[in-house]
Amino acid sequence: MSTDQALPAGALSASADAVARRADADRRADRFFRYLVTGAGLFVLAALTGAALSMLWGGRLAFSTFGFEFLTTTDWDAVGKKFGALVPIYGTLVTALIAMLIAVPVSFGIALFLTEVAPPWLRTPVASAIELLAGIPSIIYGMWGLFVFVPVMSTTVIPFLTRYLGPLPIFGPLFQGPPLGIGMLTAGIVLAIMVIPFISSVMREVFLTVPTRLKESAYALGSTTWEVAWNVVLPYTRSAVIGGIFLGLGRALGETMAVTFVLGNAHQLTASLLMPGNSIAATIANEFSEADSDIYLSSLIALGFLLFIVTFVVLAIAKLMLMRLNRNEGNR
Amino acid sequence: MLKTFSTRLALAGFIAAGAVSAQAADITGAGATFVYPVMSKWSADYSQATGNKINYQSIGSGGGIAQIKAGTVDFGSSDKPLDSKELAEAGLGQFPSVIGGVVPVVNIKGIEPGKIQFTGPLLADIFLGKITKWNDPQIVAVNAGVALPDAMITVVHRSDGSGTTFNWVNYLSKVSPEWKSKIGEGTSVQWPVGVGGKGNEGVAAYVKQIPGSIGYVELAYSLQNKMTYGAMQNAAGKFVQPSRESFQAAAASADWKNAKDFFLIITNAPGEGSWPIAATNFILMYKQPKDAARSKNALAFFKWALENGKAQAEALDFVPLPDELVKQIEAYWAAEIKA
Repeated sequence: MSTDQALPAGALSASADAVARRADADRRADRFFRYLVTGAGLFVLAALTGAALSMLWGGRLAFSTFGFEFLTTTDWDAVGKKFGALVPIYGTLVTALIAMLIAVPVSFGIALFLTEVAPPWLRTPVASAIELLAGIPSIIYGMWGLFVFVPVMSTTVIPFLTRYLGPLPIFGPLFQGPPLGIGMLTAGIVLAIMVIPFISSVMREVFLTVPTRLKESAYALGSTTWEVAWNVVLPYTRSAVIGGIFLGLGRALGETMAVTFVLGNAHQLTASLLMPGNSIAATIANEFSEADSDIYLSSLIALGFLLFIVTFVVLAIAKLMLMRLNRNEGNR
Repeated sequence: MLKTFSTRLALAGFIAAGAVSAQAADITGAGATFVYPVMSKWSADYSQATGNKINYQSIGSGGGIAQIKAGTVDFGSSDKPLDSKELAEAGLGQFPSVIGGVVPVVNIKGIEPGKIQFTGPLLADIFLGKITKWNDPQIVAVNAGVALPDAMITVVHRSDGSGTTFNWVNYLSKVSPEWKSKIGEGTSVQWPVGVGGKGNEGVAAYVKQIPGSIGYVELAYSLQNKMTYGAMQNAAGKFVQPSRESFQAAAASADWKNAKDFFLIITNAPGEGSWPIAATNFILMYKQPKDAARSKNALAFFKWALENGKAQAEALDFVPLPDELVKQIEAYWAAEIKA
């Protein structure tokens, strides 16, 4: 080309040098960037293992003293120095389970409403309102739960439940007991309200990513909104939706302040959901500052380690279920 | 109730930092939440009178003991006294600062404060879960003329470790052999029944929320929250109302003279007018402090507080120590604390 011919040989080699220098600099920058992001990734792993190991170390006295019985006994006796974690573990799992049973369907409804059903002018305000809910401090939920929600539960909801569900066979015992208003069911419901914003905003975001042509095609084939949501939107976004549910579940398992207010903080194992119980996080928050013996303190730290393990196991089970679901999908 | 675990941890951290950065005249202390109101009133007035500042952090009795043992504060404070052996091991001295009382509070419709009466064994049986109805014959027997409903009793206790709990269960252990052998005493115990509220505020909130409930709080909380407190039968067999007078009677009748290092829990005190569940707050200080000048300042503050701070304590529903006891404490300082 004419411009090539016009350039002197020296200029050509100079520009080749510049290109080489540029490539070197790029490579250096690339390497630096890789170290940076690898460092960020490793930081999470290091923080995670560090936290787990330090809790295991702090709880070693409890684990070595009580052994496996720490997991299976219900004693929590600071005077006799006998500790068992079954009551808090049970309370943590049951309240989180109640929370998820309520929060997942409601969040699905909210997300579906906001992406498929609501008129466009309503979508943004409602979506912002939900995200605002996520920013409320948990102590506010706790105080609202205790002063507003507990009286409603004890005067209206619980008498209704004991009257109509209490006499039923098999799951009747879940709904028997005095109407305290404070207990595992109340804690589960408050937790559900707290995790709904997390789950529903993730669901809404991913529902928006479903290509319009997929939905339009389904509608064109005569599908109802429900069929589109269930057979097109949900399968397309399934792993992201489950990710959002995990996020909520993690918060429900570890929530402290709100649960402390409405759970009743009683180290008693009862079948009834209406009776007070205890959770791992609430026990630690309540008792840490005044734990006056080494074994007591160690048992509380060991509880922290167990919360870690419980969360890990629950998430692993959920992950396995997801993998199995994906495999079955492939076989169909 | 607003005081979370993390703020307590943060406070504990601040004390360590504060002890270093504070000016020479500043005195630092940490411990029981129970005395926080009177401590802050005293330190404000003392600072106005002398210019010396007191920095008191209410992190709980257990925290107060831990901080003074670690040497990060000039004095610790605890609602539970340490025995002479533990004090000697840590090189600490101990003296009482102020007296309060724990009262049973109930939520029964139509019953006025002070109108329902309890005996010690009755309270123990209720908190053991042996008496479950308000119209139980044993409750009716000591409450002639009070209309008690046919309602379930819900026990409310503290969920956190607490000096209030310590004094409450110490009393139950003294009056009920069954409580002593099954549950025992401590800052937190394995409650056989009931729900747990965090702090005095948490117990007060639960008792107000749950009809038919019974709990225990410090007198000041029951007065502030307008709760229905109960009268108690004391060791002399008389029924007494909780008040500054009955707390003072318990403090005066207690045998301080023979208590080494003031190790005396004044529950179930003798005397006709004594409130049976009076509670003492204790101050812990090093007998041979590393910085004698700071300890001297701290003692000067307590001397001022015990002699001139009585009106402030009474205004906050605390009971100042009787004069005789104050004299005994000052003799103890002179003999034991090298400041």
